[in-house]
Amino acid sequence: MQFEFNIEGGDFTNAGTASSQVKKILKQLNVLPTDIKRIVVSLYEAEVNVVAHAYRGNILVEISPEKVVLILTDEGPGIPDISQAMQSGYSTASPHVREMGFGAGMGLPNIQKNADDLKIESEVGKGTRLEIIINLYKP
Amino acid sequence: MEQKFFHHALKVLENICIGCTHCMTVCPTEAIRVKNGTAHIIDNRCVDCGKCFRHCPVKAIIIDHDDFNRIFKFKHRIALVPSVIIGQFPEEITTRQIYSQLYEIGFNKVVEVEQGVEILHEAMSKYMIENPDNKPHISAFCPAIVRLIQVKFPTLVDNLIRVKPPLDITAGYLRKMLIEKGEATEDIGIFYVTPCAAKIAAIKSPVGEETSSITGVINMDLIFNKVYRSIKTGKKDHCVVPDSQPLKSRGVLWSLTHGEADEFEGRCLAIDEIHNVIEFLEKLENDEIQGVDFLELRACDQSCAGGVLASGNRFLTVERLRKRANSSEEQQNDTIPPRSESINDYHDKLLNDSSISIITPRSMLKLDEDMGEAMRKMDNVNQLMKCFPRIDCGACGTPNCQALATDIVQGNGKIEQCFYIQHLMRDRDVLDARETSRINGEIWGPDKIDTDRCFNTYLKNDD
Repeated sequence: MQFEFNIEGGDFTNAGTASSQVKKILKQLNVLPTDIKRIVVSLYEAEVNVVAHAYRGNILVEISPEKVVLILTDEGPGIPDISQAMQSGYSTASPHVREMGFGAGMGLPNIQKNADDLKIESEVGKGTRLEIIINLYKP
Repeated sequence: MEQKFFHHALKVLENICIGCTHCMTVCPTEAIRVKNGTAHIIDNRCVDCGKCFRHCPVKAIIIDHDDFNRIFKFKHRIALVPSVIIGQFPEEITTRQIYSQLYEIGFNKVVEVEQGVEILHEAMSKYMIENPDNKPHISAFCPAIVRLIQVKFPTLVDNLIRVKPPLDITAGYLRKMLIEKGEATEDIGIFYVTPCAAKIAAIKSPVGEETSSITGVINMDLIFNKVYRSIKTGKKDHCVVPDSQPLKSRGVLWSLTHGEADEFEGRCLAIDEIHNVIEFLEKLENDEIQGVDFLELRACDQSCAGGVLASGNRFLTVERLRKRANSSEEQQNDTIPPRSESINDYHDKLLNDSSISIITPRSMLKLDEDMGEAMRKMDNVNQLMKCFPRIDCGACGTPNCQALATDIVQGNGKIEQCFYIQHLMRDRDVLDARETSRINGEIWGPDKIDTDRCFNTYLKNDD
């Protein structure tokens, strides 16, 4: 199953809307609570990244009984040094964003921690594509 | 068939219910459907918050409790009362008067539930230190909240503090104490006077506990009426002094909003009213809220002061309890002199016995156990939603279009229940007047589809 959501850059009020909707879907699909948590936390972090840094973006959620794939594509400044961005605590967020309680530099590392696979492609001045894969627990 | 999880204290009186859908619309877990002109509660979804009870315009929803006269079957008739009971009465009636009237109406011991709070506070603090990973810790005080988390927020069950509520600690003490004094179990009747439906449900089918030490439950509004009447008609000078330790201010305030949150270390938040709680837990579940150590969550506005069985105004109750907590003088002179026996004699035993076993998620949201099947059902729900008008009118007997779509997919409803779909089907002659009438009769009851009634009265002139 596929679901699509749009994200508006700078709209912190609505950051988390997609995560909440995906969470509701996963609960209906009887996904294990621990897996739901990993998915929703990763998606929320990724969603906030787009809101904080990009102009606009799009989320594609693909759900199958084996895994959940989250693809976030944005139009934005891109990430010049991905390995640096992966370090915990590293952040380029503006003081304004930090004042709102975001931008602690934990976003990507936290996604990495929760996901089974994370692919980042980025082009400076154009945008970033994140592919997050979370395998679902099979009893 | 799904297994029945919970005992419920909320019941619908079918002969009084008019099927108006008010309860169905306010229910925070979408646990009510209207069929044959009356409301039906879906057991596995109901968390006993009592919103329906509060909103019913004809008082068709009741809270099923024990017969008061049952207390007379026991030699030891103990009234276990919550501190909010004092707040039900006008201020000129003293705490002492209220408690002594409880003896007048038939009890021979009156104990405040919050006697157990000091031990509970210690047990909760200990639990939080020993389980630092499950933050924020969520208090298991309000049974409606525990059930809400089980059915709607399964990822948060591990955050619940697995410690008994004060009620069970105090009841456990009373039972132990009397048995040690050589009293027979069958002679001990511990009756809890409850301000809400959720407590009854929790006693009749405890979550995370084997059995409850409580013999029976009596609604607080009934006790209020009995005591108030007894005060109005009885001799004032005849006053038995109740038999219990005075409460500390922490105990007096425990069941109010901030009663717990103000008593623990770290960043503690207090949230009351079930919709507020749901809104907060949605965010917490996404990790949108971080760095909180402790959450006090209560289903009712103003917590237990606003319990559905409270007769007094909740804000006045809060005011009276705060006054009581502040005046140490009242504690000494008015309430209750210290007694020889004390809950502290059982401190170690009660502390060791204060934990409850694991609390399991009981998700009501899942469409199917099998994920593949759940996905197929979700597809069907989405297809149905494309047909429905999405005005959430409730005429189909479900709270909203999404709920009807889900009911249909689960085999608990049919598409013709939708008023708008009926209209479309009749336009295309796939549904006749007789069949439409039959379907609506199954939802609204036979009375409401009696078209003659309407045409013989109001619509007569238009003929």
